[in-house]
Amino acid sequence: MRTGQSRFVRFMLVAGFAFLYLPIISMIIYSFNASRLVTVWDAAHSPTLAWYVELFSNDEILEAAQLSFRVAAISATGAVMLATLAAFALVRYRRFRARALFGLLVTAPMVLPEVITGLSLLLLFVALTQWIGWPAGRGATTITIAHVTFCLAYAVVVIQARLATVDRSLEEAAMDLGARPWKVFWVITLPLILPAIASAWMLSFILSWDDIVITSFVSGPGSTTLPQLVFSKVRLGVSPDINALATLLVGVVSVCVAIAGTVMMRTERRRARDAQIAMGAH
Amino acid sequence: MTQQMTETKPSHSEMPYVRIDHVTKRFGSFEAVNQVSLDIEKGEIFCLLGGSGCGKTTLLRMLAGFEEPTEGAIYIDGVDVTSVPPYERPVNMMFQSYALFPHMTVAQNVAFGLRQDGVSKSDALLKVREMLAMVQLEGYESRKPHQLSGGQRQRVALARALVKRPKLLLLDEPLGALDKKLRERTQFELVNLQEKLGVTFVIVTHDQEEAMTLASRLGVMQSGKILQVGSPTDIYEFPNSRYVADFIGSVNLFDGQLTVDEPDHCLIHCEALGLEVHIDHGVSSAPDALVTVALRPEKIRLSREQPAQVENCVQGWVTGVAYLGDSTRFLIQLDNGTQVQVTRPNIDRHDEHLAADERVWAFWEGNSPVVVAR
Repeated sequence: MRTGQSRFVRFMLVAGFAFLYLPIISMIIYSFNASRLVTVWDAAHSPTLAWYVELFSNDEILEAAQLSFRVAAISATGAVMLATLAAFALVRYRRFRARALFGLLVTAPMVLPEVITGLSLLLLFVALTQWIGWPAGRGATTITIAHVTFCLAYAVVVIQARLATVDRSLEEAAMDLGARPWKVFWVITLPLILPAIASAWMLSFILSWDDIVITSFVSGPGSTTLPQLVFSKVRLGVSPDINALATLLVGVVSVCVAIAGTVMMRTERRRARDAQIAMGAH
Repeated sequence: MTQQMTETKPSHSEMPYVRIDHVTKRFGSFEAVNQVSLDIEKGEIFCLLGGSGCGKTTLLRMLAGFEEPTEGAIYIDGVDVTSVPPYERPVNMMFQSYALFPHMTVAQNVAFGLRQDGVSKSDALLKVREMLAMVQLEGYESRKPHQLSGGQRQRVALARALVKRPKLLLLDEPLGALDKKLRERTQFELVNLQEKLGVTFVIVTHDQEEAMTLASRLGVMQSGKILQVGSPTDIYEFPNSRYVADFIGSVNLFDGQLTVDEPDHCLIHCEALGLEVHIDHGVSSAPDALVTVALRPEKIRLSREQPAQVENCVQGWVTGVAYLGDSTRFLIQLDNGTQVQVTRPNIDRHDEHLAADERVWAFWEGNSPVVVAR
């Protein structure tokens, strides 16, 4: 019963995707709904961009979006820089003591419950404020620092994987031809791991952009990120402008994922091609 | 044997061009290179030959500056470079994997070294063009490494390493990644290029054929030590140890005991051959010394009839015949069970063909065997 089987497979495929994406699609559709009631479709006046217009005239939302963007950009940059250093330590200095422990500790935040991470960071910040007076209160700075900590773990994994495939003799060749170690890093190693750094940055950006649990612990009054705002708004009752806002959030994330995915796929394909040529040389 | 080419340039008195002076390299408790001393003359092609893990690559990496010797010193052109980092040495290396920069074009790859020295873009381009012409890669300037064949990549790597005219070029298994036909052609190109530029080459290889054809002198290494240094002929015809005799080419080795040792001849009693091997020179060794007789397969002759000579002949059965085209390899089993390998060049097409299970005489000249310590 081939056709029966293939029909079953197709049904499961559609059902699976529906399960995953139907809620998001319905949310996107309802963001164009004219009705004030979230569950009622006002066929007469829809679709409308009214909620989007309202969104962009809402200072609270704009401010939160700006903060989220700034935090995500800065923490992604910080995380990627630290992750590159950590990846170098893990890949290049294979024999340093406690290397395994270091690797474990760097990547542990991936599996650590976010509540724990958030709480411990909050306690740290409070203690620091008491001891040295910095960070003064909680806000954008503490959120950024917290985001760097957990983004770092993911960024290390991505960059480390790429760095491990970089042929050591390329760096040696550059050095042999007269380039000093620092120059070798800039003109040989960095260009070779740049695709991984770019995708690690995108990944960190999204993780930071999305995060709410850790953010809630370390944010202070006057610093509300977009996910926090959505969450607090929904608690007061779902209003249609949330649909519009969420649609925009999904949009930003999709674009990031698409870019990161394309970059990774392209380098992967190039590597596969290089490998193929190298194997069947001549 | 180590000091064969001692004619030195008057400018640097007794110092040879490259001197490796009692160099030892330890990795933890492992001794990769053990008290190696070696002199290399200007314009030579010197080959370091040995099996994997014999320390030849470590020695090469110390010449390049990637490893620092634990003990000893290295001099290049009279200058102590033992602790000089690779980017300040007048030495370039061609890597086994070629190590071409994948994100740069052929021209950028070759120009890389020149640009590090502050050569202007236009001057560098001229030199790159000239160098690429020398390795027959004109017109490939803007290609990326992945758009080249294996042989072309090898030549780009060579051009990149030679464009700075280093005092010393190190080559790590230069032909290892090429197929047989290409390898034979490249061997001669490499030697021609070396003669044209006059750069001193140090080659590391595990392939004895590659070493024999390329090298003006070669050094055989085993477990971190250099066993013998000499011309390819020296090494092949007069190996100084059992290992060298066995490593280079094929050889029949028979253990024996010295019974007579006169200045003009000696006799070695070999149980395996069931005779006293007659050698037409003395070995000036201790009486009754335990030695090994090394006999190359191509130095043994075969005949159906009993040969005229009395010494150095044995009789046996042909147990194996392998026709190799240019020569035929025979396996002879003596009456006491010893196996002897013999090769015969196929000079005449209608030679008398020895077949398996024939009874033959095997015999050799008194100057054919080499006596080495056991």
